Amino acid sequence: MTSAAVSLFSASEREAPLNAKLAAAARYIRALSIASIYHAGSGHPGGSLSCADILAVLYCAEMNLWRDALDDPARDRFVLSKGHAAPALYATGARLGFCTERDALTLRKLGSPFQGHPHVRDLSWVESSTGSLGQGFSVALGMAMGLKLKRSPTRVYALLGDGELQEGEVWEAAMCAPHHWLDNLVAIIDYNKLQSDDLNDKIMALEPLGAKFQAFGWHVQEIDGHDVAALVAAFERARETQMRPSVIIANTVKGKGVPFMENVAQWHGSVKLSRAQAEESLAALGVSAGETKGLLDVLR
Amino acid sequence: MSSAEAAPQLIGSSGDSLREAFGKALTELAPSYPHLVVLDADIAGGTGVHHFRKAHPDRFLQFGIAEQNMMAAAGGLAAVGLLPVVTTFAVFCLRAIEQARLSIAYAKRNVKIVASHPGLDVGPDGGSAQALEDLAAFRAIPGMTVISPADPIEMALATKAVLDFDGPVYMRTGRSPATRLFDEGHRFEIGKGQVLRDGRDVTLVACGVEVARALAAAEMLASENVSARVVNMPTIKPIDSELLAHCAADTGAVVTAEDHNVYGGLGGAVAEALAKTCPAPIEFVGLQDRFGESGEPQELAEHCGIGAAAIAQAARRVLARKGRTA
Repeated sequence: MTSAAVSLFSASEREAPLNAKLAAAARYIRALSIASIYHAGSGHPGGSLSCADILAVLYCAEMNLWRDALDDPARDRFVLSKGHAAPALYATGARLGFCTERDALTLRKLGSPFQGHPHVRDLSWVESSTGSLGQGFSVALGMAMGLKLKRSPTRVYALLGDGELQEGEVWEAAMCAPHHWLDNLVAIIDYNKLQSDDLNDKIMALEPLGAKFQAFGWHVQEIDGHDVAALVAAFERARETQMRPSVIIANTVKGKGVPFMENVAQWHGSVKLSRAQAEESLAALGVSAGETKGLLDVLR
Repeated sequence: MSSAEAAPQLIGSSGDSLREAFGKALTELAPSYPHLVVLDADIAGGTGVHHFRKAHPDRFLQFGIAEQNMMAAAGGLAAVGLLPVVTTFAVFCLRAIEQARLSIAYAKRNVKIVASHPGLDVGPDGGSAQALEDLAAFRAIPGMTVISPADPIEMALATKAVLDFDGPVYMRTGRSPATRLFDEGHRFEIGKGQVLRDGRDVTLVACGVEVARALAAAEMLASENVSARVVNMPTIKPIDSELLAHCAADTGAVVTAEDHNVYGGLGGAVAEALAKTCPAPIEFVGLQDRFGESGEPQELAEHCGIGAAAIAQAARRVLARKGRTA
């Protein structure tokens, strides 16, 4: 199994410039998400694929997290408020060596710490239990507020889905964070335009989204959420922003990287992937036939 | 007319209510708990934490009228090592119960949720404001400790006890002036009830404002030569099963009394415990699956059947059943 892991990011990728490394990490996150959802027989592929680049940049370039110091009080905190993208978070953990790839593939299995939605009591590197939309944003706000009280320079990042923004609690938190000058808080919106059933626009329109956050007092950036260089730069600007929280509206494609899933709401999940669909997905992500076989046969 | 004369007078801010006792105790305890922070949703004057705000403004966190965000944020504050005490009215704790479930209880965060204005004790604000479901709802959350003290002394002791306790707690205070039941020597321990008055015919188990009424009911019953034991049960979860079994064995009949719907609160907890240890006939005093309404707490208690007379009447009913089953 480890052989598949190593081959997913080759020696040449390890020597590559930052942006290429980040793109490779995102590709890995996508591939392992697909494989784990395939093994689970359920899960949310669309929103896991759309946020892979965001997670890759956060964990590989932005946050001060080290595998050997995951309980360091000064570590930056990440809350996956869109908890249904758990496969992508677990894949990120595997990429960074927080867990093994094989462990991450036990997603949703009885007895596995890789619960259907992240649970702080099961994995030391998961910062909050999420899944009920809106709550992770408030938890992240509470962390940011507490860290400010403790005069800590640590930063807090929350990743939200776009459909999640329909929860009233999100706007309670959106009003609260600027009131308390929480410039150590960064919200990232995985803006893939689709939610469980249909387009945001058809379910409950969000626009003008940037203007809403602006009106609430946030520093707002809108970027291409699949452009790792743009993400790196946006986090940099967020760090430079003082006296107010930052939101990065990351325009993304639901199901990104797997053509038959892209922009199709039905791949939001929770869905079962057939062997053929998993193989097609991994092929589209550039995973070799051998690696694919390794990933899909590993739990047999 | 001077502005001072024109200022509105706040109603119901009694010096001897449980919320006042809580707010003052919290304020006095603060220096010993450096990580303690208090969360408010614009009702500090109502919950008693205005005392805390005045003494420790740097540890008082204002969330505005937005309880869901406040409740989940408490989980985040606990995650970075603070000791958050969430304060609001009981009915708004119900509003944010899913946040308490996921971001506090499921995540095993050391957060204390302290709810003022529970039950009919709210009084004239009426049915919309009178939470009669909170004990049942919070008791159903795995790992949640549920407490409802009976008088100001016990409230102060319970406040310290919950700060010392590691784990999520839901605790009721109270709006209205509370009857003094205990002196300074009173002891409070989470999970323990106490016999306040001994008796051999029936056991009256009560929490919160109903403890004083249960004592009054025992007095009424004494004049009819019925010997009623009164048990103060300030911890609804985990319930003191041992004491309950002991009392049920001694007296053979039980009445529960709470300012709450009859389903799932103290009565439910007592019945569940005794069904497993020492089954006995039980009568349940509480709201009979109805909402409250406007009125003063005492007249509401009588009107809705949770006053001393209703407890005494329930005791007579259970004694009749005990006779039949004996």
